[in-house]
Amino acid sequence: MDNVIEIKDLSIQYATDEGIVKAVNHLNLQLARGETLGLVGETGAGKTTTALGIMGLIPDPPGVITGGEILFEGTDLLKLSKQRLRAIRGNKISMIFQDPMTSLNPVVTVGDQIAESIRIHEKLSRAEAALKAKDMLELVGIPGDRYGEYPHQFSGGMKQRVIIAIALSCNPEVILADEPTTALDVTIQAQVLDLISKLKKEKNTSMILITHDLGVVVEICDKVAIMYAGEIVEYGSLEQIYDQTAHPYTKGLFGSIPDIEAKTSRLKPIPGLMPDPSNLPEGCSFEPRCERSCQRCKEENPPLIEIGNGHFVKCHNYGKVGEGEDV
Amino acid sequence: MSELLRVEHLKKYFDTPRGLLHAVDDVSFSIERGETLGVVGESGCGKSTLGRCIVHLLEPTGGKIFFKDEDITNIRGERLKESRKSMQMIFQDPFSSLNPRMTVKSIIMEPMIIHKLHQGNEAAQEKAVLEIMETVGLAKRLIDSYPHELDGGRRQRIGIARALALEPEFIVCDEPVSALDVSIQAQILNLMRDLQEERNLTYIFITHDLSVVKHISDRICVMYLGNIVEQCPADKLFASQFHPYTQALLSAIPIAKINAKRERIILKGEITSPIDPEPGCRFAARCLYTKPECLEVQPDLKEVEDGHLVACHLY
Repeated sequence: MDNVIEIKDLSIQYATDEGIVKAVNHLNLQLARGETLGLVGETGAGKTTTALGIMGLIPDPPGVITGGEILFEGTDLLKLSKQRLRAIRGNKISMIFQDPMTSLNPVVTVGDQIAESIRIHEKLSRAEAALKAKDMLELVGIPGDRYGEYPHQFSGGMKQRVIIAIALSCNPEVILADEPTTALDVTIQAQVLDLISKLKKEKNTSMILITHDLGVVVEICDKVAIMYAGEIVEYGSLEQIYDQTAHPYTKGLFGSIPDIEAKTSRLKPIPGLMPDPSNLPEGCSFEPRCERSCQRCKEENPPLIEIGNGHFVKCHNYGKVGEGEDV
Repeated sequence: MSELLRVEHLKKYFDTPRGLLHAVDDVSFSIERGETLGVVGESGCGKSTLGRCIVHLLEPTGGKIFFKDEDITNIRGERLKESRKSMQMIFQDPFSSLNPRMTVKSIIMEPMIIHKLHQGNEAAQEKAVLEIMETVGLAKRLIDSYPHELDGGRRQRIGIARALALEPEFIVCDEPVSALDVSIQAQILNLMRDLQEERNLTYIFITHDLSVVKHISDRICVMYLGNIVEQCPADKLFASQFHPYTQALLSAIPIAKINAKRERIILKGEITSPIDPEPGCRFAARCLYTKPECLEVQPDLKEVEDGHLVACHLY
């Protein structure tokens, strides 16, 4: 499999009054063609910033990409002119935003909003674009005759489907889906996830799914990257992450989810809070919350090492005595 | 155990330009002392309205609420103020439910001042604030901080501290962990459980998250468009569900495990409008087993097994 997207050593910072916020730090990530990668982490881990970086949408100022490369089919997106980037964005790479309530224009009909992105990238007449937009609506399960309606006439689940229709309208190679179902109820979430995986299979699109919900990841992803304080701390296949969990943070995440099948009286939360990204610890960023921290963790930021076939972990203590037993 | 709260045929309708919105429609249940009743449902099912009616933040359209066998539905003035001492609420959003211009101390102390607790003696009140802060795990040094200086988890701890300030017996928790990250959510859930054990608190726990509700509740009510459709002990609900909506709801939860794949029931359509609802079962339009009867008669909540109530014509 070839890589559609390859991120090398990417760093993104925001300059604020309180100092420099290091949102993404030396991030490396690959997305193979046709693959779905789950990018998992809590608020402030840098997931959305990474996606915005790929799209070239980092608000500047205050955001600055301070280093690294983002290769899309071999071309470095960071070196492209704004004009050439615009031709790729929305056409080859498109993004599904988190909040269906605010990412649609309230004064433009949903049909016209889909047609707009089609006409930006394809040379079609208004009528042709409208026809194609209608097809897209049908594709996501909305009757085509609702083309002329406004977003407020749609429910949350339907708005999210309109956004999916916009994202898919130009047959992109890569979709970046930023928490596409977080704002939805579970029964509607099930419908939308079903739709996304069906469409993805039909068109062999590659996707990065950003989420904080490990339950959603298991439904549609092939690979998982766990992000913490702007870094990937663990990366691997579904089985490697869920059944051979290696990083203490990933273990903590699993311990924090109430298990619907088992009977537990207490959860095992991770103590403490995510570090302030404008003042990251010198060593491992997870060290202050880690049960297994040692002197080396305080001083030296561990590298991401391969511990099994395609399974990476960023921890000094992996493989040391005591590892493997459940903490 | 004895009964602490009983709700009988509670109704709350809102007058809207398009008609009468039936937010809560004929809901009855009771809660034992020291118990946690989970109320679960999707957005718009009336679960928050129900919670707000119980603590008198909204006036019910019909029905009765009994607290310790006393009818509190229509109390006013001093008696209402008195009842608030024993009933408190924790709100969903720790970002908007705290006054940004008040310090942690003044937020937690405010209910004490209103209810003239600790003889109105400020030193005694401050001591009480510090004690409560310690109970909910807030460091002493934060006493003069403002909410914007704190993260979501700490802010929710302030919300809990404020609810505990009057030492209530009963707390309505409206989605208290929904706005938090999982690792912080787990901390707060553990805290709430510890407090319940220490102080013999009774909770109504309103949430849309089924794994959370299962974790914290003794009994669960499932709501759909203003009605309770199923009610039973927490572990029973997850072992065997009767109502088609509950079945679909449970099958839709993403589980963070490989090979946890189950037969998934994907519901068709969207929630129907709660404004001037059609007669018959509210769920009929999305149900897989709709019969002619379902479109005409609204099913009553009836006991199908010991302690397990369902509102469905199939049973």
